[in-house]
Amino acid sequence: MKIKTRAGSVVFENVTKTYGLGAVTAIDNVSFTINPGELVTLLGPSGCGKTTTLRMIAGLEHATKGKILIGGKDVTQLPATDRDVSMVFQSYALFPHMTVLENVAYGLTVTGVAKAEAHEKAEEGLDLVGLAGYGRRLPSELSGGQQQRVAVARALVLEPEVLLLDEPLSNLDAKLRRQVRTEIRELQQKLGLTAVYVTHDQEEALAVSDHIIVMNRAVIAQQGTPRELYEQPASGFIADFIGDANLVGAELVEIDGDMAHIEIGGLRQTLPHRGLGIGPVNVAVRPDAIELSAVNGESGQSSLKGHITHAAYLGNQMQYSVTSDIGDLFVIDPHIDAPIATGDEVRIGFSGRGLAVVPTDE
Amino acid sequence: MNRMLWIWLAIGWIGFVIFPWYQQEYGFWTLEWLFDGYPTYVDYAPAILQATLLDKYWLLPVGLFLLGPLLLARQGRAHPKYAQILIISGLGGLIWMVGQGFAIGISGWSYGWLESLFGPLDMRQYGLGYGALLMAASYLIILCTGLAAAGAMRGDVFVTSAIGTVVALVALFVFFPVARILGSAFVDIDGAVSGAAFVRNFFDDSVWGLGCLAGGACGVAWNTAFLAILTAVSTTLLGLAFALVVTRTGFRYKKSLRVLTVLPIITPPFVIGLALILLFGRSGAATQFVSDLLGVEAGRWLYGLPGIWLAQTLSFTPISFLVLIGVVEGVSPSMEEASQTLRAGRWKTFVMVSLPLMRPGLANAFLLAFIESMADFGNPMVLGGNYEVLSTEIFFAIVGAQNDAGRAAVLALVLLFFTLSAFAAQRFWLGRKSYATVSGKAESGAHIGLNPALRRLVYCTAVPWGIFTVAVYGMIFYGSFVTRWGFDNTLTLDNYVDAFGIGWSEHGIVWTGAAWDSFWTTLNISAISAPLTAAVGLTTAYLLVRQNFRGKSAFEFGTMLSFAIPGTVIGVSYILAFNVPPFELTGTGVILVICFIFRNMPVGVRGGIAAMSQLDRSLDEASLTLGANSFTTFRRVILPLLRPAIVAALVYSFVRAITSVSAVIFLVSADHNMATSYIIGLVENGRYGVAIAYCCVLIVVMLAAILAVQGAIGKRKLRREDRIAPDRLTPDRVSPAGENLKEKHS
Repeated sequence: MKIKTRAGSVVFENVTKTYGLGAVTAIDNVSFTINPGELVTLLGPSGCGKTTTLRMIAGLEHATKGKILIGGKDVTQLPATDRDVSMVFQSYALFPHMTVLENVAYGLTVTGVAKAEAHEKAEEGLDLVGLAGYGRRLPSELSGGQQQRVAVARALVLEPEVLLLDEPLSNLDAKLRRQVRTEIRELQQKLGLTAVYVTHDQEEALAVSDHIIVMNRAVIAQQGTPRELYEQPASGFIADFIGDANLVGAELVEIDGDMAHIEIGGLRQTLPHRGLGIGPVNVAVRPDAIELSAVNGESGQSSLKGHITHAAYLGNQMQYSVTSDIGDLFVIDPHIDAPIATGDEVRIGFSGRGLAVVPTDE
Repeated sequence: MNRMLWIWLAIGWIGFVIFPWYQQEYGFWTLEWLFDGYPTYVDYAPAILQATLLDKYWLLPVGLFLLGPLLLARQGRAHPKYAQILIISGLGGLIWMVGQGFAIGISGWSYGWLESLFGPLDMRQYGLGYGALLMAASYLIILCTGLAAAGAMRGDVFVTSAIGTVVALVALFVFFPVARILGSAFVDIDGAVSGAAFVRNFFDDSVWGLGCLAGGACGVAWNTAFLAILTAVSTTLLGLAFALVVTRTGFRYKKSLRVLTVLPIITPPFVIGLALILLFGRSGAATQFVSDLLGVEAGRWLYGLPGIWLAQTLSFTPISFLVLIGVVEGVSPSMEEASQTLRAGRWKTFVMVSLPLMRPGLANAFLLAFIESMADFGNPMVLGGNYEVLSTEIFFAIVGAQNDAGRAAVLALVLLFFTLSAFAAQRFWLGRKSYATVSGKAESGAHIGLNPALRRLVYCTAVPWGIFTVAVYGMIFYGSFVTRWGFDNTLTLDNYVDAFGIGWSEHGIVWTGAAWDSFWTTLNISAISAPLTAAVGLTTAYLLVRQNFRGKSAFEFGTMLSFAIPGTVIGVSYILAFNVPPFELTGTGVILVICFIFRNMPVGVRGGIAAMSQLDRSLDEASLTLGANSFTTFRRVILPLLRPAIVAALVYSFVRAITSVSAVIFLVSADHNMATSYIIGLVENGRYGVAIAYCCVLIVVMLAAILAVQGAIGKRKLRREDRIAPDRLTPDRVSPAGENLKEKHS
């Protein structure tokens, strides 16, 4: 006996969820597809609807409109008990009155698996997450990271079609977080699981996901691979949410094949136009894509100038706040040996990477 | 889940075909019927034979509805009309059962228009029995299964059935009796329905008269309200003083003050009154001391408003204390600390921050004491004198020479109006105004001490009153060993021998004491009702905390309602509702058990809600996503985690059943006499010594029960430290393991 995988897909078709007779819309006409074996992250600020979406996959919330399919089967009306998914809760939700082994075996025993068999399988589950031999302890006798792994084991032994993780790392300290997220990713890839992962931490999302669905205000703002989202943000919101970005006004002056000539505060840049036409656009500028140089120095040729209003030393980088003609800018500069003082005038330039054209917010 | 349906269907058929349809004369548990003419004798026959052999053809449809679910035998859930068939069968069966029960009573048709419609009927029927009980349960579950199949509660049969059962029970044992009171209020003394009777009784000068303004006596409604307000004010102030002493001062005997909070739970309600008689009655210790000292004639001042007020303040201050400890502790220390860092001194902080934050809690304590005072029966009974209050007037209207059910019903309505208004105010007005500052977040910081002047004030209030309370309780025990209080103060055990004497004969032990009968009945009935109360209460709490459904707030209101219905009103309403078929329960032990269940249910519900709110919802959700259904989740996750609450509910309902008097006094019978009503009888006969001895025994029994349980489950208090303990599972807050490690999101 081994823990097997029966990865299934998840499909949302025009799903809407409202609370309180339609007063509050948590999810507004959302559609997406999650392929078998993928780890997909639902990412977004608090209240964007990502947790509601996850709970609807679990069957803990029910769609007001639309259709939900898991493994090709319509489960829209199915309660959580009858769905073939399992979930790792933010609080882990380990039953404090049961031992670790009883916790992991719980899902098996309540669905009618014989006790001996359930315990054997639970042992395997614990082994899988590296907790063999911890079965007889109580959850309260484990560390936070261990509890988290018990929660994962408990979800995995049911061999669900889809594994759901609701901010599984938020109760861990920062160092442990990085380690556990790697473990989860490795386990998911080893078993070929379909996993849906909710987080509000964009770095975590970039690190673990095959695919990211960014949600904002009850709708999907953009979905794609981590690289697509970072390098080709569809809007100012995405650019700002995935990594930081300075959103500056610019003018698209000329289109040349896939590329376009953009004027930003008198500087000319050539960037992919991404389907935008001639006229005003926004450019998302990553903080590390801005190059600053002292005005009296000879190195900078740019005609765009600004003033440093704040400078901070962070060990491996300098962070500056700059006022300029194109607005206030946030700048990260790796040159810690030549810091610029607050109040100094600087020339502003752009490196080739880290700029993307996005539509202006209407 | 389908299996459960078939089991319930089988139970229904068993009820129809095998068990006697009508109630058995000789008690619920007797098997006499089996050996005396069963199955064809008319008193013992099951419904199917009643309908066929004994011409009670109207009972046939009772069983016909059980045929419906059989249509589903082959296809089960796949049957296209599965839900409809179950709903029609269940609803039809229930309606027909209840309908025929009300239509045909002990003298044929119950209503004239039925007789004129169908012609005379020279058959009669009695209260519903085992068979009917089984069938009603069966139909109810069939109906709920059908509703679930039609989509109720997302198809969850367990939850639907639980809701259905609680609703049915509350409707039958709370709303139906209260409705009967309403009906009876319109019946005059000869039994004829008339609005005039209601108007006469309601607007009678003895109810609303304002004679006291002119020096005479006021109506009983005003008396009751006036007393209730006095008591509420005094208990709230004293309770606040005690709460402040315990939480905000360095008082050395805090622990012993906390013991005070247990007292009202284990004190039969008229015990304080008795003790006050021993102290301040005409031959009381204090009275005689003072009259000897000053040479004045001993007065009767105790009998009347002052005595009742004093007794109620003694009785209910601990309750206010208990409520206000929570309120005072609930004010977040960080707010007080914030106030102090903003340069406010202790006095300013108390007046401008702490006190306003406590205001809803104070109002709550006030309303609670108001309701308790209104509902109090024991103290006015013992100390009332000429001061009439509603609860005792209702009693005398029923049992007195007048035997005027109409008047009793009207008075009950007036009383109900008062208490329900207070209850509604508490729920709807205060409900929105809670400043409860105890959150799930770990909070540190200590409450600041009181301003010195204020501290002296609360000491001067709380300490003498505490000593007085101790003296009163001391009186009770001392009094039980005195031959004849005030006349012959020699110590004796006679009182205990009278009540609890044990003798030996050749047949073994003989319980010669006069109190043994009622003592065993009391323990017996209380022990039966306690687990049932806990079960109903906790199930209701589960539904309220964990399930969402339409009409939930009405459901909650209904289940908490009996808390606001004074015992006397319940007693009267049960007599009116359950004295005639189809629910003929008076004179049985069953009615006592049922009365206790629904009197004490709100306590179980509250305890359950409090305990369950501490359980993180994700525990249930985890169980559900792991494939357990709601019943398994309830049984394997929630119930084990609620064990302390369950035990507390068990003990509390046991003890409350023992001390309850107001409702019980209407419902006891020769066969089922309860301790409290027996003691009232002793008091009425002036046998104070024996009465007090009996009370002492009860107090000791209850104290033993509470201490045993406290020892078993450990102390349960809300303490701040518990919530910041990082790696320890405290019984106070059962969180999913690891919850405590949660750090704030950035």
